Amino acid sequence: MLPVPYRVQRRRQESHDTFTLELSRSGSAPGLEFAPGQFNMLYAFGAGEVPISISGDPARPDVIAHTTRVVGGVTRVLSRLRRGGTVGLRGPFGNGWPLEQSRGRDVVIVAGGIGLAPLRALLYALTANRGRFARIALVYGARTPEDVLFGAELERWRTSADVEIAVTVDRATESWAGRVGVVTALLRRLSFDPANAVGMICGPEVMMRYAAAELLSRGVAPDSIFLSIERNMKCAVGHCGHCLFGPLFICRDGPVFPYERVETTLRVAEL
Amino acid sequence: MKDLEHLLREHPFASGLPSAALSLLVGCASNVQYEPGEYLFRTGEPADRFFILRHGEVAVEVYAAGRGRITIETAGEGDVLGWSWLVPPHRWLFDGRAITLTRAIALDGACLRAKCEANHDLGYELLKRVTHVMAERLTSARLQVLDLYGDGSGDVV
Ligand SMILES: Cc1cc2nc3c(=O)[nH]c(=O)nc-3n(C[C@H](O)[C@H](O)[C@H](O)COP(=O)(O)OP(=O)(O)OC[C@H]3O[C@@H](n4cnc5c(N)ncnc54)[C@H](O)[C@@H]3O)c2cc1C
Repeated sequence: MLPVPYRVQRRRQESHDTFTLELSRSGSAPGLEFAPGQFNMLYAFGAGEVPISISGDPARPDVIAHTTRVVGGVTRVLSRLRRGGTVGLRGPFGNGWPLEQSRGRDVVIVAGGIGLAPLRALLYALTANRGRFARIALVYGARTPEDVLFGAELERWRTSADVEIAVTVDRATESWAGRVGVVTALLRRLSFDPANAVGMICGPEVMMRYAAAELLSRGVAPDSIFLSIERNMKCAVGHCGHCLFGPLFICRDGPVFPYERVETTLRVAEL
Repeated sequence: MKDLEHLLREHPFASGLPSAALSLLVGCASNVQYEPGEYLFRTGEPADRFFILRHGEVAVEVYAAGRGRITIETAGEGDVLGWSWLVPPHRWLFDGRAITLTRAIALDGACLRAKCEANHDLGYELLKRVTHVMAERLTSARLQVLDLYGDGSGDVV
């Protein structure tokens, strides 16, 4: 699969190190249908290719949004793209979040840092069909108040889509009137029906491990807790083995896995 | 308004306590309320109470010269706040400031300590529950210092 050129329609700086690119194919080419939780391989010309989740609205396949944090060479080059710039795109890849399995159930979403990106696509899908789900709650942890992503959308979902939203930061000064502390502490306080809940988690692996443990201790079944595992990859089609996670290919079998399938592998430091 | 015994029984901290133990707890409890900005406790003051939060949000803060007030964590509905009442020298190590209107049950530490000394069964029950709260806080604090979402973790997606 070769990269297809996409054009940057819009670029938004979300925080000091995180930006969103909205991409479209040129001319009358069809949009890119995708499921929330899927990712694309973005190719920055001259720099390389990286997997980035789709953070936009699945109902808008004509506008493909990617929210990226600058951590190294390729993401830095991507961050320099401006409106009209070109990026190569292969995808969508991966399996996405278990929407069907969540029908009629409480949906507890736990996001940490840039992990909110693939969960934003999920929130678009959930809120577009709000009546299909019972309680929807998002517990979101960020480093500081300045790192909180998608503030306006979170507010909109809170006020007009009946989504319970709890944001917490690791550190803050007195100007922040919100919560400070780790997401697990907020999860402990959240009221939902564990027997009828689905948990969906994306963030740093340590956070995901503790968030999953908290959901388990609240009584959520291990096959109802889903994690997006985002260790790095190359080919994205299950050939090269770069993203092997124990016996699993993240690109082909994931990136979203039920907790019970990744529990032991998650405890292994480096693979 | 629900009485204190009822309120306490509903809270995880006291759930499952034998009636006799619950009555002893109620004997040391009172309803309190704080306006936004009001302090529940201040660093260095005698830690003669702890709080079971029923409503609102409280910031646990420390003052650092040049940096102002730094919030270490916030506690909210359902949380148990404060364990200095149990550990000598029984002084608060941080400030606790209400961010929003806060309603809580305050438990008198000296009263509880005396009852625990006199009744070790009650003491052990309470100690298990307070230890549980402390363990949760310790785990949270450890995760917080890891700076998981920061640049240095190498673990951030
Ligand atoms: C399925 C999937 C979805 C992803 N979605 C997003 C997304 O929506 N937004 C986003 O910002 N990032 C996402 N990532 C991570 C992103 O792919 C990497 O940050 C990127 O590949 C880094 O490339 P680089 O050349 O800029 O940095 P590099 O020079 O490759 O790496 C710089 C530093 O970042 C660390 N690093 C690189 N990749 C990862 C990773 N996957 N996990 C943890 N640490 C890493 C390296 O160890 C190194 O310390 C996703 C990864 C996967 C596998």
